[in-house]
Amino acid sequence: MVSPQSPDSSADSSSASPEARSLKDVVIRLAGNSQDGIQTIGAFLARLAGRSAQDVMTYMTIPSTISGGPSIFQVRMGTGDILSSGDEADFLVAFYEHSFENHIGSLRKGGVLIYDSDHVSPDTTDIDCLAVGVPMTSGTIEAVGGSAKEKGKNIFVLGLLCRLFDLEVAKMTKLIKEKFGKFGDDVIRNTMLAFDAGYAWPADNIREVYFKLQPSDTESGHPQITTDGNTAMTLGLITAGVRYGSGYPITPWSTIMETLRTELQKYGGVFVQAEDELGAISYAIGMAYSGHLAVTGSSGPGISLKMEALGWATMAEIPLIVINVQRGGPSTGLPTNVEQSDLMQAIYGSHGDSPRIVLAPQDVEDCYYVALEAGRLAREYSTPVIILTDQALATRIEAFNEPNLDELMVDPAPNLSAKGENFKPYPIDEITRHAAPGTKIEGAPYPTVTGLEHDEFGHPSGNPALHMKMTAKRRNKLCKLAKALPRPEIHGDMDGDVLLIGWGSTYGPIREAVLRGRETGRRIGHVHLRHLNPLPPELERIFSRFRQIFVVEMNDRGLYGYGQLATLLRARYANPAIRSITKTDGLAFKVTEILKGVEELSAVRSVNLSEYPET
Amino acid sequence: MPTETAPAPAPAEPKLTKKALTADHPTWCPGCGDFAVLASFYRALEQLNYPHENIVTMAGIGCSSRFPYFVNTHGGHFIHGRSVPFSAGISLSRPDLKVFVFGGDGDGFSIGGNHLDHVARKNIDLTYVIMDNQVYGLTKKQTSPTSPEGFRSKTDPWGAIDQPINPMRKLVNSGATFVARSHATQVKHMVEMIKRAAEHPGFAVVEILSECIEFFPGAFDSSIPRKGGEFVTIDEDGHDRTDLTAAMTLASEPWPGRFGVYYEVIRPTKNAMESDLNAKAAAKAGNADAKELMAATFAKLH
Repeated sequence: MVSPQSPDSSADSSSASPEARSLKDVVIRLAGNSQDGIQTIGAFLARLAGRSAQDVMTYMTIPSTISGGPSIFQVRMGTGDILSSGDEADFLVAFYEHSFENHIGSLRKGGVLIYDSDHVSPDTTDIDCLAVGVPMTSGTIEAVGGSAKEKGKNIFVLGLLCRLFDLEVAKMTKLIKEKFGKFGDDVIRNTMLAFDAGYAWPADNIREVYFKLQPSDTESGHPQITTDGNTAMTLGLITAGVRYGSGYPITPWSTIMETLRTELQKYGGVFVQAEDELGAISYAIGMAYSGHLAVTGSSGPGISLKMEALGWATMAEIPLIVINVQRGGPSTGLPTNVEQSDLMQAIYGSHGDSPRIVLAPQDVEDCYYVALEAGRLAREYSTPVIILTDQALATRIEAFNEPNLDELMVDPAPNLSAKGENFKPYPIDEITRHAAPGTKIEGAPYPTVTGLEHDEFGHPSGNPALHMKMTAKRRNKLCKLAKALPRPEIHGDMDGDVLLIGWGSTYGPIREAVLRGRETGRRIGHVHLRHLNPLPPELERIFSRFRQIFVVEMNDRGLYGYGQLATLLRARYANPAIRSITKTDGLAFKVTEILKGVEELSAVRSVNLSEYPET
Repeated sequence: MPTETAPAPAPAEPKLTKKALTADHPTWCPGCGDFAVLASFYRALEQLNYPHENIVTMAGIGCSSRFPYFVNTHGGHFIHGRSVPFSAGISLSRPDLKVFVFGGDGDGFSIGGNHLDHVARKNIDLTYVIMDNQVYGLTKKQTSPTSPEGFRSKTDPWGAIDQPINPMRKLVNSGATFVARSHATQVKHMVEMIKRAAEHPGFAVVEILSECIEFFPGAFDSSIPRKGGEFVTIDEDGHDRTDLTAAMTLASEPWPGRFGVYYEVIRPTKNAMESDLNAKAAAKAGNADAKELMAATFAKLH
């Protein structure tokens, strides 16, 4: 990804008439407190970008405190594929002294600092940036009226940014009216007063120049949807035919359950807020047993609590979608940060041999499609499917093409067609097809669906040979799926020095790292795994084409020096070229961090396997 | 007094018989009280005569939770303590079904105690039969949440020291809208209680004292007339079943207490309230079909 041009690299800024500087893409970091509504500014910018066929990606941090605390919202928008939310900001908007102090380091050299001169007096003597003070607080109060206090200064800043980037005011005004319309005319009027004041603010030293985002050259005319990963996932679930589910509140899963709770009512379904995680999955399995495609979900600690029931769903072969919005762990850990440390839990959690499908979406758009695939696979293979998303995907906003509902919408009606005397719920050689209650069974006993080991009819049995056969039946259906999975795509070089393997939300930064690595002459490829259990076919062949295979993931390298996916791949393929680039700072991977990892690992061709890694 | 009754599904044709309802031979010990509960359930189902395929028999883990294997209906054997929320999931997502849940005192009052309270307070429409033997039988004689103080078990060889749960107080207090108590030696009484529970709209629970012949023989002799005890039923003319305080007073009587319906009120079920919310939400959205609804959501995200 090409970084934005420096504001100084264009026309002479002393010119009297405003000068447009063309940008391919721009990274704006808004830093304030969580109650300042900086997410609102970011969301408006993202929505506008989506409507203007710009690509966009956001990144936010929220404090895990109940109210207040420093918070940032970063927006990257522009043309071409926006793959990550940006390592460095081109523009930093600082609301407070602490915002300036904590985030000035994220502003690139020569970037623009805009600060609230009512709260911040920055010392920028040794900092290479254009610093512009704007009295955001008093400017807002002046515009809206004394009683408004500081409320609305986010909208003031939005106006300022619209002017600065010459964004389409008509479209933005429409978005503001859509968002605030339900609060009445007074609110819209005050909001627009703040917006106009920001737009018209005579900040002369930046007014001499404005920045124009290049028009999109890939505009397809296809309508774009701008939303966050949890919302995309929720809409994907409903499209997949989910009408029932149950959950328990936990960050960052809760917004999925909140949306399902209100949305499913329109579709005639029910989402139950259960008494606890154990109850939540039990409700959901009961709904699934009843013939519906049902969902439950949580974040790591809650998924731990669901594991006993998940073992039952595996044994009883019940289709079920389980979502894990991963956060930093273990225990309460870093509840508002990102980590990919629940992979082993997703694949091997629970007890006994309980194989299940595990999928991971790579970006916000994919959250929608992975939910659809999970629904299809759960039904087709009559098994639980875990979706491993994460905090970064849950909250970040992206724009993507509106899905084609004519092709995708699934009819969720339970199949209650009568069964005859040959009905067996657990045939050894076929995939289980349950008869949901309400199904007439003619000439055969009614089925009892059970967690005990059972024969083909569902009768409990402790017969050793039967347990072996049934264990194989539950395993073999996933082997069958593995064969049917698509061969993974390789991005970048098809063979060469380094292959980067990733899964989940690291997709963007890894791709961008590959693009940049190739610009420096490295032969580097990227495979992103969506199917984590079972793994897709032909990985071995892809691996054989690269000298080094580095698995990039946000978890700990563990006792033996390898992250969780790397450990699995080494066990599966017994390939010593597989090594790890991991980190556990609770933040999404920066492109530079990946490139640095590649440099470091490439310099050492082997590791001493007899020793634990240095700390 | 309650006047409404649960909307009964259309009667089965031909009539349900014990023969049609019988499945595997029970694996309980000879003399176990649970045989009589099973017989009473068959009889209650024969009389209720619901369509065979619409009956669901669920259970958790324990001796009594083997129940579904012995009943030829749709059903399941779920995990310990959580068959109540599982069954609540069935009830909420399939209004055409009649859901029965069976379990023991460990399942209902110990590992599943929290689930019981919450599904009860939500008044989800199902019938829950708790077979209380005051001991963990399947795992061979550990103290249960209802074991009386002084009961000698493998985990309390010197006699149980913890205060037991008073099942009827817990159930009346839980928010269940039908709470009854019966005894496994009284088949006629059990049939009546199970039938009334099944016909009650909402969360209906029947606790049945069911003796474990192996690990706690004689536990309920004080309410068995042929063993010198007395089976005292509740005088329904004298007891106001809608009075929570009266129900708690009855529940606080000294052992062995009385049998019959302690509490019975009509309160909107979660099933009905969710259904109302759905109708309102659908109307507000113009009763659009699923694809139209999703397209409208997409349009808001443009």
